[in-house]
Amino acid sequence: MPAQKDRWVSSFVFLLFCVSSIPQCGSASLQQEQSPQHYFSGLEAGKTSLAFFSPSVSPGAQPFLEHIESSAEALQDYGVSVVKVNCPKEDVSRYCGKENALRKAFLFSALLFNEVKYVETLADLENIENVLKGKSNMVFAYVPATGTAEHRAVMEAAFVYGTIHQFVLTTEAALLKATSHDDPDVSSAWLLFCHCQQVTEPAQACRRTALAQPLTLLSIHRHLKLMGAPLVTEVAEDPEKISTVHLQLGLPLVFILSQKETYEADRRTAEFVAWQLLGKAGVALLSRDLVELNVLQRSNVALKTPEEGMPIQYLVLEDTDEVITLVEDKNKVKQIQEDEQEEEEEEDEDEKENNNQDIQDDQVVEAVSRDKKRELPLEQILVLTEENFHSSLSEAARTVVLFYATWEAVSLAVLRSYSEVAAHLQGTPGVLLSRVNCWDWPGLCSQENVTQFPTLRIYQEGQQSVTYGGMWGTEELSSFILLSQVSSPLKLATMDEAEGYLRGEFPSELSSHHHPSLLGVFSSATSKAREAFEEAGNILSGHVRMGMYFEEDALALSQKYSVSPPALLLARSGGRSVEGIALSGHSVQDMVQMIRYELLDIFPEITVPNLPQYLQLGKPFLILFSAGDISQVESKEMLKLATGRPHQTFVVCWLNLKKTPVGYGILRTYFSTTPPLPLLLWVNLHAGGQVFKFPSEQSITELNILSWLERLQAGLEIPSSTLSEEDWKPPLPAYDFLQMMEPSVPELSPHPGATPAQHPPKNPGGDTAGGDSAAREEPSQEGTAEEVGAPGRGLRGTAPRLAARDKQGRRHSEL
Amino acid sequence: LGLALCTSSLCAVSGATFLYHDYCVIGAGPAGLQAAYFLQRAGRDYIVFERSHAPGSFFALYPRHRKLISINKQYTGKSNSEFNLRHDWNSLLSHDRRLLFRRYSRDFFPNADTMVRYLEDFASLLKLRVQYNAAIIHVTLEKNEQAWNGHYFLLTDQDRKNYKCSSLLVAAGMWVPNVVNFPGSEYVEGYETVSINPEDFTGQTVLILGRGNSAFETAENILGVTNFIHMVSRSRVRLSWATHYVGDLRAINNGLLDTYQLKSLDGLLEGDLEDLAIVKDKKGKLHITLRFYLENRNISTGIDSITLPQDELDNFATRAPYDRVIRCLGWKFDFSIYNRSLRMMPGKGNIKKYPQIKPSYESRGTRGLFVLGTASHSVDFRKSAGGFIHGFRYTTRAVHRLLENRHHGVPWPSTVYPITQLTNSIIKRVNEASGLYQMFGVLADIILLRENATAFEYLEEYPIGVLAELEMQAGRKARNGLFVIIMEYGRNFSGADKDVFYYNRAVGEAQHAWQSNFLHPVIYYYKHLPTEREMRLHPPDWPLPRPNAIHHIVEDFLTDWTAPNAHILPLRRFLENCLGTDLRNFFAESCFLFAFTHQKLPPSCQQGYVRMQGLLGSQELRQHAVQAGLLQDYTHTDFPGDRPPDSHHGSQEHLMRDHGIPLRPLQHLVKAKDE
Repeated sequence: MPAQKDRWVSSFVFLLFCVSSIPQCGSASLQQEQSPQHYFSGLEAGKTSLAFFSPSVSPGAQPFLEHIESSAEALQDYGVSVVKVNCPKEDVSRYCGKENALRKAFLFSALLFNEVKYVETLADLENIENVLKGKSNMVFAYVPATGTAEHRAVMEAAFVYGTIHQFVLTTEAALLKATSHDDPDVSSAWLLFCHCQQVTEPAQACRRTALAQPLTLLSIHRHLKLMGAPLVTEVAEDPEKISTVHLQLGLPLVFILSQKETYEADRRTAEFVAWQLLGKAGVALLSRDLVELNVLQRSNVALKTPEEGMPIQYLVLEDTDEVITLVEDKNKVKQIQEDEQEEEEEEDEDEKENNNQDIQDDQVVEAVSRDKKRELPLEQILVLTEENFHSSLSEAARTVVLFYATWEAVSLAVLRSYSEVAAHLQGTPGVLLSRVNCWDWPGLCSQENVTQFPTLRIYQEGQQSVTYGGMWGTEELSSFILLSQVSSPLKLATMDEAEGYLRGEFPSELSSHHHPSLLGVFSSATSKAREAFEEAGNILSGHVRMGMYFEEDALALSQKYSVSPPALLLARSGGRSVEGIALSGHSVQDMVQMIRYELLDIFPEITVPNLPQYLQLGKPFLILFSAGDISQVESKEMLKLATGRPHQTFVVCWLNLKKTPVGYGILRTYFSTTPPLPLLLWVNLHAGGQVFKFPSEQSITELNILSWLERLQAGLEIPSSTLSEEDWKPPLPAYDFLQMMEPSVPELSPHPGATPAQHPPKNPGGDTAGGDSAAREEPSQEGTAEEVGAPGRGLRGTAPRLAARDKQGRRHSEL
Repeated sequence: LGLALCTSSLCAVSGATFLYHDYCVIGAGPAGLQAAYFLQRAGRDYIVFERSHAPGSFFALYPRHRKLISINKQYTGKSNSEFNLRHDWNSLLSHDRRLLFRRYSRDFFPNADTMVRYLEDFASLLKLRVQYNAAIIHVTLEKNEQAWNGHYFLLTDQDRKNYKCSSLLVAAGMWVPNVVNFPGSEYVEGYETVSINPEDFTGQTVLILGRGNSAFETAENILGVTNFIHMVSRSRVRLSWATHYVGDLRAINNGLLDTYQLKSLDGLLEGDLEDLAIVKDKKGKLHITLRFYLENRNISTGIDSITLPQDELDNFATRAPYDRVIRCLGWKFDFSIYNRSLRMMPGKGNIKKYPQIKPSYESRGTRGLFVLGTASHSVDFRKSAGGFIHGFRYTTRAVHRLLENRHHGVPWPSTVYPITQLTNSIIKRVNEASGLYQMFGVLADIILLRENATAFEYLEEYPIGVLAELEMQAGRKARNGLFVIIMEYGRNFSGADKDVFYYNRAVGEAQHAWQSNFLHPVIYYYKHLPTEREMRLHPPDWPLPRPNAIHHIVEDFLTDWTAPNAHILPLRRFLENCLGTDLRNFFAESCFLFAFTHQKLPPSCQQGYVRMQGLLGSQELRQHAVQAGLLQDYTHTDFPGDRPPDSHHGSQEHLMRDHGIPLRPLQHLVKAKDE
C-alpha cells in the first residue's frame, strides 16, 4: 500500500491556501513567486505544483511557512514545484480575497487538484457535467468547510477513484441548495453520484444518486462500489446460492421473478426499481423458466436479506412502490438496530427509539382500545352498584356477577365475551347476568374480596358463591353458567333418573348441553367416598356435570357397568358408551385430579381452549397435523396407538388446521414453510423441546409409528426443530428517567456497580424462532406514514412540543 | 412495689388507684377519634380523654369566623368512594357511609359548627370510648420491664384521677396561642377573643399581626367597614396556590391582597415583631414604634416624650395611629403537661411549635408515645397535609398499623398478587388511592417482590420516612427488591416566590414525564431495601435515596392515569425492565402458539392460559389485533409455502416480539393544562 501511495503522490498537485500571516520570507532558492493570474493560467497545463497564497503585507514569522520552505527541496524530487502566489492588496479573488474563509486554510492539508475540480457556481458544475456526458461519471461533493473530516474523506476517495470518476467539490452552500430537492442542511456534508456515462443525448440530464449515510471514507467507498455494480443482475441459478456486491455489503437483494413471455416488461420493471433502490438494495432478474422454484405461481418478487441463514421471502406485490417500501423500511429498521448496537446517543436515533417505545405492543390492550368506540350490547346485563348489589342478589335464584374495571384491558375483553353470553342465554329462567365496575365501586369489590380483574362469580341464595376459573370464552362461560344451574353433584332419587342422567336427558335444564356426564354410585355404607365426591363436586361445580346415586339399588346400577360401588360411571356422547371406574379410598384432591384425568379424551383433537388440560400432564405430544378432519384410516391407527398401552407416556392427539388455523403458525416456526399434510410430529414440549417429523414417505400406521418412536428413543433420529429456549425479556427498553434526571442527582448509591435495570439485555441474535434481529425488520407501512406525515404529532399541544425540542433547557426559572 | 395489686384493669400502686388501658389517647378531636376508630375496629383496649364535654372542642371556638377552609366537594362525577376522598377534606375514615362530611353540609367551605356536629356523630355512631370532661394535666412514666415499651404511662386528670397505659397516643392538637412580648403588647387583642362582629370595627384603623389564614380571615371579616387594615409579620406572604401547601394563605381568605395591590389603602408589611413597640396616646390611639426607641426611656412619662419613627423618618410606613392591634399568630403544642422524664422537646427552627417526633410519629424522647393529628405535622410541615384532617386521617391509620405490628404481631395488611397483576395494581392505586394523593411525599405504597418475581405483595400507605425499617415496622420481608409508589409535584414547581402559571408548565409527552409539574405518580425501584444511612443521605429535594430505576407517570389534567398508551404502556415498560420479563397480555391463541414453539412462556400465558384461564377474546377483538399487526390471522393460508398477499410481515412470532407498528391512535391527543 505505501508503495502505491507514493505512486499516487507523485501525480498530485498540492494547493495550499495559506493566507493568515504568512510572512514575506526571504528568497528560498526553489520558491517561485507569482501573481495569482499567472499561477492559475499555469495550472491548466497540468503542471504539478505546491502553491501558497500570501497577502503582500505579512505580519510576522510562521513556523508553518518554514516547514513549506524546508519541504520545497524534497518535493522537487517528486516533480512538485513549490509556488508562492503573492496576493496584492486589491485582489479580491477567491484565494486571496476571502480572508475570513481562508484564515482556516492551514488547518487542512491538500487539495488534489487533478482529480478534484473545485466549482463555485451551478454553471461550473453543469459545464463539467456536459463534458462528462457519455464519457464518465461524476462524483459531486459538498463540504461545509475545508479541512474537515468529510473533506478529507472526499479527498482520500478521490485518491482511489479519481481515475475512474470525475470528482467535483464545492463549499458553496448555494450550490448545495441548487442541486438538492428539499431544504438541505448546509452544516453537513453531502455527496451525489451523477450517472453521466450512460447519457447519450446532450440535452438529457445525468441521473443523480445521493449518499444517504454521513460522509466517511468507508461510506463513500461503499457508495461508489454500489454505483459501479451492474444496475440489474440477471440470475439463472438458485437464488439461495446467489451472492452479489449488495449482499456482501450488507444490503438486501430484490429478485424480480420473470417469465419468458413477459421478459421485456419485467426487465423494464427491474430497471425502474433498480434506479429507485440504487444504493439501498440490489436488483436481480430471476428467470422462472431457467430456475425451478418451489413457490406460488402468483409470486412476483423475492427478497433476500444479507443475514446468514435467512430464507428468501417470496411475495406477491401489486406495484413497484411496494417493492421500494419493502426495502426502505427494512433499511430504516436495520439502521436503528445498528445504531442501538453501537449505542450512539444521537438525538435522531433517540427519537426513533422512543417512537417504538410508545407504540402499543400489547395485543389485548391494542385490540380493546381499537374496539372502544363500538357500543356493546349490554342491555341484558344488569349494572350492580354498592346500593343495589345485595338486593339484586336476592331477587334471582342465581346471579352471575362479572367484576371488571373499565380501564383494565383484559376485563374489557372479557366483558365483550360476556355480552355474547348474555345474548346466548337470553331467556334462560332463573339466571340473572350482572356486572360490577370496580373502578366505580372499589368498596364493594374489596368487600367481595375481588382483588383481580376480571372475576366472575355465581351467587346463589343461601349458598357459597362459586368463582369461575376457566377459559374466558363465550362458550366456556355459557357452559359454566348453564351447568351451575343444577347442584353439583346432583342427587338422583330413582333408577330412572340415574339412567336418564347418563343418557343426558335428565335434568331437563341441561338436556341441550353436550358434555360428558359423571355419575358417582355409592352404597350408603361408603359414606366417606361419598363425602369426598360431594366435595369434589363443589370444586368442579360448573365445569363438570356430576351426579350422585346412593339409593338401595345402587349396586344393581353399578353392576350393569361391571363395577361395584363406590364407583364412577362416565357417559360420553349422550350415554352411548358408559365407562365404569372403581373408586378406592380417595382424598378430595385425588378425586378431583382423577375426575379431571378421566374426562380427558384418549385421542383428543387439540384446540386452543383444551390444550392446557393436556399440557398439565407434562408429557410429550405425538400430534397429527391435518388440513381438515383426519381420515378414517389414520384415525383408527392413531386410536389404536393411543389405546394400546393404557398408561401412555405421551399424549396422542391431532390438530385440525381448519379449526385451529394457528397450527399453521406452529408448522411455520418448525419448518419455515408448511410441509405437506397430514403431518405427524413428536414434540417434546416439556423436556428439551425437540421436534421430530415422522417421515412423510411412510404411511401412518401404528406399526410404523411405533418403530419410528423406538428409533427416536434410541436417538437415531435428528430433530427437525427445537423449541426456543429464550426467556421472555422486556420487549423494549423503558424511558431512562433516572439518567435524564441524573445531572441533578449526586451519586450516593451504595451499589455503584448496580446499573439501573433500564436497558434490557440484548437478545442473542440468530434465534431460529425469530429473535429480535430478524423480527425488527418487519415494520408495517403505517410506520412510514407516521414518520413522514406524523399528523398525530401536531395535535399534541405546545408544551410537549417544546419539551421535545429542547430537552435540557426547558425548565422554568424566573429568578 | 410489693404492694402492687393488679386486676385486669384496675391497679393499685402504693395507695394510688390506676385505671389501666393498653392505649390511652389524649384528645377527642379528629385525630383522637380517628385513632379510637382504628383501635376499636381492631378490638383493642383503649380510652380517649377529652377535656371538654364533647368532641372537637377546638372547632367549637375556632376558626373564630366559623368558616372552615377545608373543601367539601359534593360532586366529582365519580362514584368511587376512595377517589372521592381525594376531594373530601373533612371526613374521617370509617366503614360507615353515613359518616361522610358531604352528608352534613352542602357548603364547599363548611361551617365549623358542622364539624363539631360531625365529630359528635362520629364518636357516638361508632360507639367510641371517650371519657369527656377529663383534662389530662400530668403525664409521667413508670419503669416496668414487663411493659410493652419498658415503661407505663401514668396520666393524671384535673380531678386527680389516675390512669395507666402501655401506649400513649397524643392527639391533643395545637391550642396554645402564640404570643409575642414587646413593649405595649398589653394593648394587643388576641385572635381567640377579638370581636367577630364587623360593626365593632366601623371607621377604625386596624393593625393585624401575623400572616396566616387566621390573620387574613380576620381581615376579610372587617375589610368593608374599616378605614384600612395593615398587616405585619416577619416573612413574606406564602400563597397556597404557589406553594401547594394547604396551610399557607388560601385564596378564599386573600381579599386583603386584592385591595392592597389595587391601591385601596390596605397594606402588607414585613418586619420582626420582636422589634416592635406600641405606645398609646391620650386619645387611646395606638402608635407603632420600635423597641430601641423605648430603651432607656420611661414610658410612663407619656407619649410626648417618646420618639416615634416618623420623627426621624417622616414617611415611616406605619406612622398613622391605629385604633386596634390584633394578634393572629397561630398556636403551639402544649408541652406543659409532660413530665421531664418524657423528654417532650420542641422542634428546631420553624417547627418549634411542634413536639419532636420521628418519621414513624413516635416521640424522639419516649418509646411508645406517638403524636397524632395536627401536632404531628413536623414530619411534613409546609410540604404535605399531615397537619390537616385530610392528611392525618391517613397517618393515624399508618401509626395504628405500626402499633398492630409492634404490639400484637399483626403485620402490615397486604395482598399477594401474581406478577401479571403488577401494572394493574399500580394503575388502580394511583388512580383512586386518597392517602397517596393527600399525603403525597409522605405515605407510599410498597410493592415487595417475591422470589423470582412471579408474585408480589402490596402494602398500602406506608410512611416512607421509615422505609429502611420496613421489615421490622411492617413485619413483611423485603428480600427480592421493591417498588415504592408515591405522588410528587415537580421538583422546582412549588414555592412562595414561584410563578406557577408560566407558559408551557404542563408536560404531555410520556417520555418527558420526569419533568411533570403537577402532582403525579412516581415509582422508585430498589433492588435492596435502602439502609438507614442511605435514607439519611438521600439527595436534597428527593424524598427517597437514589433508586436503581425510577418512573414518572406523566401528569394528567384529569388526574386520570388510565390512558393505555400514555400512562399504562410506559409504566409496563418500566416494570418489565426492572424485572427483566415480558408483562404483555396475550390472547389464548398466542399462548397456544408459544406453548408449541417455546420452552418458556410469558407470565401472562403461564399464569393465565396454562392454568386454563386463557383469554379467548371475541371475534371483533381478534380482528382488531390482526389489523394492528399484533396477531396473525392464519385462516386464509391455504397454500403451502405461501403467505397471504397483504402480509410481508414474517411470522407471527416476529410480530409478537416486535410489534408491527400500528397506527398511532389519536386518542393520544394530549392535554396541556394551560389550554
